Amino acid sequence: MAELRTEELTINMGPQHPSTHGVLRLVLTLNGEIVTDVKPVLGYLHRCFEKHAEAMTYPQVIPYTDRMDYLNSMNNELAYVLAAEKLLGIEVPERVEYIRVIMCELQRIASHLVAIGTFGNDAGAFTPFLYCFADREKVLELFEIVCGARLLYNYIWIGGLSHDITPEFVKKTKEFIKYFRPRITQVNNLLSFNKIFIERTANIGILPPDVAINAGCSGPTLRGSGVKYDLRKDDPYSIYHKFDFDVCVGEGRYGVAGDCWNRYFVRALEMEQSLRIIEQAIDNIPEGDIASAVPKRVKPVAGESYVRTESPKGELSYYIISDGSLNPYRVKARSPSFCNLSVINQISRGYMIADVVMILGSFDIVLGCIDR
Amino acid sequence: MENIFTQWFGDNILAYILIPIPVLIWVSLFALYAVLAERKISAWMQNRIGPNRTDKYGLLQTILDAVKLLQKEIVSPYRTDTIWYNMAPFIVFTAVFLGYAILPFSSVFISADLNIGLFYFFSITSISVVGVLMAGWSSNNKYSLFGGMRTVAQIVSYEIPTALSALVVVMLTGTLSMQKYALIQEGGIFNWYIFGGPGDITKIILIPIMFVSMAILFISTLAESNRTPFDLTEADSELVAGVHIEYSGMRFAMFFFAEYAEMFAVSGVITTLFLGGWQSPFGDLIPFLNGPVMQVFWFLAKSLSLVFVQIWVRWTLPRVRIDQLMTMCWKYLIPITLVNVFLVGIYMLIFN
Amino acid sequence: MEITEIYEKLKKVFETGLGEIKTDIPTEPFFFADADKIDVICMFLRDEESLQFDNLSCLSGVDYDKDNLAVVYHLISYVHNHRLVLKTLAPKSNPVVKTVTDVWAAANWHEREAYDLIGINFEGHPDLRRILLPEDWEGHPLRKDYKVPEFYRGMKVPY
Repeated sequence: MAELRTEELTINMGPQHPSTHGVLRLVLTLNGEIVTDVKPVLGYLHRCFEKHAEAMTYPQVIPYTDRMDYLNSMNNELAYVLAAEKLLGIEVPERVEYIRVIMCELQRIASHLVAIGTFGNDAGAFTPFLYCFADREKVLELFEIVCGARLLYNYIWIGGLSHDITPEFVKKTKEFIKYFRPRITQVNNLLSFNKIFIERTANIGILPPDVAINAGCSGPTLRGSGVKYDLRKDDPYSIYHKFDFDVCVGEGRYGVAGDCWNRYFVRALEMEQSLRIIEQAIDNIPEGDIASAVPKRVKPVAGESYVRTESPKGELSYYIISDGSLNPYRVKARSPSFCNLSVINQISRGYMIADVVMILGSFDIVLGCIDR
Repeated sequence: MENIFTQWFGDNILAYILIPIPVLIWVSLFALYAVLAERKISAWMQNRIGPNRTDKYGLLQTILDAVKLLQKEIVSPYRTDTIWYNMAPFIVFTAVFLGYAILPFSSVFISADLNIGLFYFFSITSISVVGVLMAGWSSNNKYSLFGGMRTVAQIVSYEIPTALSALVVVMLTGTLSMQKYALIQEGGIFNWYIFGGPGDITKIILIPIMFVSMAILFISTLAESNRTPFDLTEADSELVAGVHIEYSGMRFAMFFFAEYAEMFAVSGVITTLFLGGWQSPFGDLIPFLNGPVMQVFWFLAKSLSLVFVQIWVRWTLPRVRIDQLMTMCWKYLIPITLVNVFLVGIYMLIFN
Repeated sequence: MEITEIYEKLKKVFETGLGEIKTDIPTEPFFFADADKIDVICMFLRDEESLQFDNLSCLSGVDYDKDNLAVVYHLISYVHNHRLVLKTLAPKSNPVVKTVTDVWAAANWHEREAYDLIGINFEGHPDLRRILLPEDWEGHPLRKDYKVPEFYRGMKVPY
């Protein structure tokens, strides 16, 4: 009679899978349904951004930065442009700063809507996914009014912006703020406080705060574990110090601080805070130019700069080394999802496959950012 | 009760061959339009329009989908267990279709008026487990094996609350025949079993027990037919379609139609047990609503509203995990149903 | 804390092992450290009471000049809210740098990426293999003298 084999099963959640949020391959080692090891295999979306950046001039790199985290283009552009402006030593007019902040916060809302919708979709709740995307359409409409593009903008340029905003944009943004507030409550009632959803996500994938800081996690992943650190407040860039908003932290309202539900709920709370920032900014945009005097051919002095910004996924930083010529010598993009994903092995052990899907969704990764 | 076919053709083999035909037509029509209804209802709930390209209301959509599936290439993976792989979808569909034999569409039309009707229904639909397991194993794919194992565990566990919550009605009626359930609940809406069944004023005590039983029967049959929130076997986001990963074309359509056919079959059973079957809610007050044709209308109306509730639940709630599913079955549903059976037993002892 | 103070503090503990400090760079002053002492220096930076650099924000590999490769560390302290930039040089003929994976877990994947794209060998790394490029790719693309290979597994590379 044959021996009963009880060795571990290796399963491949392959690059094409409906819920790995991009082309990510996870090699799971299972003992029955319990996961004992998770090995992410990356590189399916590697597009050699850093090598390209060395062959382009400084303004030509901006469309490439758009495409890194494609759900988040405004924040990517802002991070790169801030690093380049630090190298050049230019100050931008205040009007530009206000508009940049409004765009980044609108982009934050759009990105969190995708995160929440797809997280619900992974859990099996199909309807909130469509509600979130319907709201996101409104945000993309606003972007289209300003720069003509819905997803990849090339809007924030070195020294200023590419187009000015129109009064129609201001009017529509105010309408959007009024429209969106009750929609957050609706999504919360439908998804966040749903008993089945809480059962699926609470107490799963607990990330202790010291592990998170040591591993370089940032953004909602870090704040979901209870660490109150937001780059917009702790290391302010642009004009975020002028606005009044709270830093949302996972407190363990359901489940434990550091589990999937709290990471997810931090995003739901952050949308409300972004709305507050937009409200404060939209009424007070000063008049002025939309670009400071930047020479046509951008040639910074030899040096380097490193700027950290808070993108919706976490800490997005650009490290630019310049050697005094028209092209950057080295551009390194430190992406938040890269560091967030690295802890997945540690925190998925001992849970089931269904939980691995939830943990992956709660990190909110975008493969474009990870693979660059 | 005489079947209308034996009345027309005499009690011979011809009648018995012709009996399943109207049911088969109904099942096909229902399966086709239930898919469309699901898409349209889900679109309505999600603030969008469903299929409207084939014509204004998408009425031809599923027929054209079926045509598309028929002309797809039948791709089977490399080393499947061929006999079981080919037979599995047909076994699943047949098992569910056989359950339609005892559904009383009206007082003269029931395909087979077995006196163990309800028991036959639960047994026959369990044979689909065999089909699913065959599909899961023979596909030579780890994911479908996982899906198959989960499905078997789920269906077999949920048989118990299903049977126990139906047991309440069986105890009160004393029979297992489906036609008798429908006959007993005559006289209008307040004689339906959900309000305590035919009887005197003491049946008010039974009302909460009956509501709970019907709710549990509804939930368990959702789990039996693998509908969300219990659809982990076909969970798109985890196992990429579970058991029917490796099936293409018409075979996949068979699994699909089996699920929709089972939706209606269990709705029909719940209707007959708790909602009065083909009885009109107005009872004898409005006599012309009582005739055989109207009875079919009442039966379909009640069953289809239960199907609507099933579709509604699917698009609202997220999915539960396999161990939460098992916990819910064994630790919550079964004790509640046992308590229900116990209470109805006490009621019968005291008041009868 | 300013970088000059941190440098003085480190100089007291590690007499050898630190290179020069460059504060004339307009935007980001930094200092060098030796490649074989970098792990103890980083452990000290993380654990010392007044420094407490508990987060490695970024670890980049750079093709520094004709003869050297560099590893650049950007360190952040959540506790004291200061930052530091640290560089290490390694000769191109034998680019070996000690790993800091024991100090910060974040370094694990960053070092794999630096190995993958620039070709720096991190001594003591638990799992040093390519992360973004396929496992059997030859060459290190971000080097300035990198030539794109003609064929990879039978497929023509530049098209």
